Amino acid sequence: MTTTDSSGDVRLTGIGKTYGSFTAVHPLDLTVPQGSFFALLGASGCGKTTTLRMIAGLEEPTSGTVYLGDQEVTHLPPYKRPVNTVFQSYALFPHLDIFENVAFGLRRRGIKSVKKQVEEMLELVQLGEQARKKPHQLSGGQQQRVAVARALINHPKVLLLDEPLGALDLKLRRQMQLELKRIQTEVGITFIHVTHDQEEAMTMADTVAVMNAGRVEQLGAPTDLYENPQTTFVANFLGTSNLIEAEVDTKNGGDIVLKAGGDKLVLPESRCAAPTKTGGKVLVGIRPEKIALTHADDAGSIPEGRNRITGKIADASFIGVSTQYVIDTPVCDEFAVYVQNVERDGRLVPGADVVLHWSPAHTFGLDAAQDIDAGVETVEEEAA
Amino acid sequence: MPFVTWLKRHLVVIAGLCTLAYLLLPNVIVTVFSFNKPKGRFNYEWQQFSTDAWKDPCGVADMCGSLSISLQIAVWATVGATILGTMIAFALVRYRFRARGAVNSLIFLPMAMPEVVMAASLLTLFLNMGAQLGFWTILIAHIMFCLSFVVTAVKARVMSMDPRLEEAARDLYAGPVQTFVRVTLPIAAPGIAAGALLSFALSFDDFIITNFNAGSTVTFPMFVWGSAQRGTPVQINVIGTAMFLVAVLFVLVSMLVTNRRNSQKA
Repeated sequence: MTTTDSSGDVRLTGIGKTYGSFTAVHPLDLTVPQGSFFALLGASGCGKTTTLRMIAGLEEPTSGTVYLGDQEVTHLPPYKRPVNTVFQSYALFPHLDIFENVAFGLRRRGIKSVKKQVEEMLELVQLGEQARKKPHQLSGGQQQRVAVARALINHPKVLLLDEPLGALDLKLRRQMQLELKRIQTEVGITFIHVTHDQEEAMTMADTVAVMNAGRVEQLGAPTDLYENPQTTFVANFLGTSNLIEAEVDTKNGGDIVLKAGGDKLVLPESRCAAPTKTGGKVLVGIRPEKIALTHADDAGSIPEGRNRITGKIADASFIGVSTQYVIDTPVCDEFAVYVQNVERDGRLVPGADVVLHWSPAHTFGLDAAQDIDAGVETVEEEAA
Repeated sequence: MPFVTWLKRHLVVIAGLCTLAYLLLPNVIVTVFSFNKPKGRFNYEWQQFSTDAWKDPCGVADMCGSLSISLQIAVWATVGATILGTMIAFALVRYRFRARGAVNSLIFLPMAMPEVVMAASLLTLFLNMGAQLGFWTILIAHIMFCLSFVVTAVKARVMSMDPRLEEAARDLYAGPVQTFVRVTLPIAAPGIAAGALLSFALSFDDFIITNFNAGSTVTFPMFVWGSAQRGTPVQINVIGTAMFLVAVLFVLVSMLVTNRRNSQKA
């Protein structure tokens, strides 16, 4: 439902927020096209919720401007903005029943006959039967849908979702992700979704902005972010990456040849986010599932032109669809490799000597001046 | 040992009934003696059943006048303490200001202070200010000691309120006034109501502070105290019983309304 009409874009220019000496959001520019499903992804405290609240008007920006289409709304109070929010805690009014919760926005704008609209909206979220119940009588998933209905009934230009699925269990969360995606396609309203769950962001959003420490690290389609991360934070926060420190050896056409330990690795220049000059350092990245494992005895059968590293299996965990290996290599002591369980080689057990190899086209290059572990611990924290 | 088994099984109920009896026995006595026809001036011994006092509740000189003063003071003290107390409670929960901690603890002082001490110091204050003792000094004193109770009741409610609810209201096109009237106030209402009920009850039967600061004004508790020296008219029991019945009726109606509402929802 994405339209080329830009009159409904959300535009943030130089928007920033500081609390005393703490900078929650560094001045940032962001454009969210009308009709898109946009996700702000980051660990807790990265400034994503503050950014959302500045769009809603619940937080006054310290600098910069907020535009909704052609209208500047930077200093408008929330009740004068054509924007609605689905809160993390849902914030349903406990003293009103479901019908009145959903009708709240319409009534405040002085609309008298709300019955038909409210009933239609409750149908959309499949809660027609529950209209006369109080919020506390509904399950978490139902409350969540009421919160969505209560916001959507106002036909906002933008719907803001602040970790809306955070309080639901995993199964329900998957179901609601699809449900929200369906509703978004149906109504065609711009959704801006804040989440710390990278899978959720990638499943639902057309465009994801990864935020870290009050800054946008990278913005793009989920596949771009995953396949070609520009910073170590993005590489580690979205999924898992193996990062190897390497030295630029020579350049050969569109390819860069790098030295890592005793091995030579090839990296397409177009997939390198760092400046490259001969002798300079670069971080070479490769996703664990792009790597193939071959036992050292069969090393001769590996086709030419593939990047290869030798190592020893330190650990192997069988998890059904795949086996996850940890490989000890001279260039990186905990190399993660995920192998689909199609044809299992019985010799690939801990202690075995192996060759890791992958296509240079899957390699990406990052600036070596960054913290190689950025984004790693944060992921573990969220998982705990 | 069937009796021991029976006792074990019903011990909680028996203990509960005993406690209830302990609580309600004085009320029963008051009610029974409102139908007495005493021989002398004191209504302490049962003589014979009569409804005379119920037929003529205001038959005792000055009693209904004092009752009316007590009710007026209770109503105004409730209104004053509830409004002020609610505002204080919101200020204490919502805003960070200098001396907030001090106010937070000082607000409890009237509850902890012995009433007689407070009464005496209030009298000193009024006399030094040259205030005319009477209706207004009583009212000021009552609002003062009711405040702490209202603040405590409302504060508990406001503290447990999710601040996101008001943000949600503002997000859904409710301006500041609408947000307060449609969301904040209804959610705080149970706390405010509890504070108001407490204020009314406390103000209506306060004796010590009132007695010190009343001047020549006589409230109902003062009247009862005064008559206890000279002889107790049966009408006092009638008023007591009536107040009790009104309170019971109040509770019953509110329970009925809640039940009705719950069954409608289901």
